[in-house]
Amino acid sequence: MANTIDQKQNFLKGIVKENPIFVMLLGMCPTLGVTSSAFNGFGMGVATLFVLLMSNTVVSLVKSQIPSKVRIPAFIIIIASFVTIVEMVLEAFIPFLYEQLGIFIPLIVVNCLILGRAEAFASKNDLKSSVLDALGMGLGFVLALTVLGITREILGNGSIFDYKFVSEDANTFILFILPPGAFIALAYLSILFNKLTAKTA
Amino acid sequence: MSKKESTFLNMALSLIVITLVAGFSLGFVNNLTLAPKAEAKLAKKVNALKAVLPEFDNDLVSEVVRIKTTVAKDSVEVYPAFKSGKFVGAAVIGASEKGFSGLVKIMVGFKPDGSIQNIVVLEQKETPGLGTKMKEEKFLGQFRDKNPSDYNLKVSKDGGEVDALTGATISSRAFTEAAQSAYDEYMKIKDSLTKSNN
Repeated sequence: MANTIDQKQNFLKGIVKENPIFVMLLGMCPTLGVTSSAFNGFGMGVATLFVLLMSNTVVSLVKSQIPSKVRIPAFIIIIASFVTIVEMVLEAFIPFLYEQLGIFIPLIVVNCLILGRAEAFASKNDLKSSVLDALGMGLGFVLALTVLGITREILGNGSIFDYKFVSEDANTFILFILPPGAFIALAYLSILFNKLTAKTA
Repeated sequence: MSKKESTFLNMALSLIVITLVAGFSLGFVNNLTLAPKAEAKLAKKVNALKAVLPEFDNDLVSEVVRIKTTVAKDSVEVYPAFKSGKFVGAAVIGASEKGFSGLVKIMVGFKPDGSIQNIVVLEQKETPGLGTKMKEEKFLGQFRDKNPSDYNLKVSKDGGEVDALTGATISSRAFTEAAQSAYDEYMKIKDSLTKSNN
């Protein structure tokens, strides 16, 4: 396998050109589910980034040892193990975040983004490219979730990262921290994102 | 790069190896996090107990009384508090499944006469910014020093005296239901608690 991949491009593509949320629309379940506040979005993003990084690393390392017919179950076991590790570590050391994210931590297993990168990238590329790919995609995911969380928290609760800038009784767009607000905010942010990146492309 | 062929033996072997490695590493991490997890839980419980009860000097966590009930799935936990041998109140855990997103679990501290000392929210999955405001002083403060025997533990919409959270009536209902269940349990066993004076 010739190392023809431009590593800088490889890293950056996850953040801009192939952003998992705004461009590829992968991993919608946690995206819509936990981004009701900036902190939750950020926490979920980082947890996913970690799992993605570890699974891409391991998949890339063992790819030649896995017969192609059982590659999907093998990837799923690897991913599920890292997700369970994340869950146990969060519960032990950051119980606050563990309670906030709740059911969405185990659901990282079925995040399309992670299996997608394992199957489409890490199982075909060397370790260095796979790590950079995971970092780029993961950071793109963190950024997107945080931006979405910030937007929803500002509109829906009048605060950023729990810092309130309107009075306690002010009327805010409560809709934006409820599930329908997630779809609306995601749609408009995607439009904005694609509009901005289209010019530079 | 040569991929392994998908023969039966190869497939079985590679899956066995992967599951074995995964199993052992999970067991290892589980062992590592077991103690911190228990500590985090205990610390949370102790903090909650200190917040809801008057001053006490007995070892509450070890003197918990568990009561089997027909209402809740788990047994109800009651923590009787004593100060120099005198009964000063009890903390009761109340729960309701009727929250906006499921379980709402609270700890209610009662004085010996049955009035509420303080309430702490232990578990909830309510909507951030709406139902989660049940953890704030503005909502919790209204229960302090109220005696449920002459204070209707229901939101004002249902004819009670509790001011519901704005936009989170369902969460408020679950909260009051949990508080009511804690009160009911407390009244049932109050006499046996005061007698079991150490």
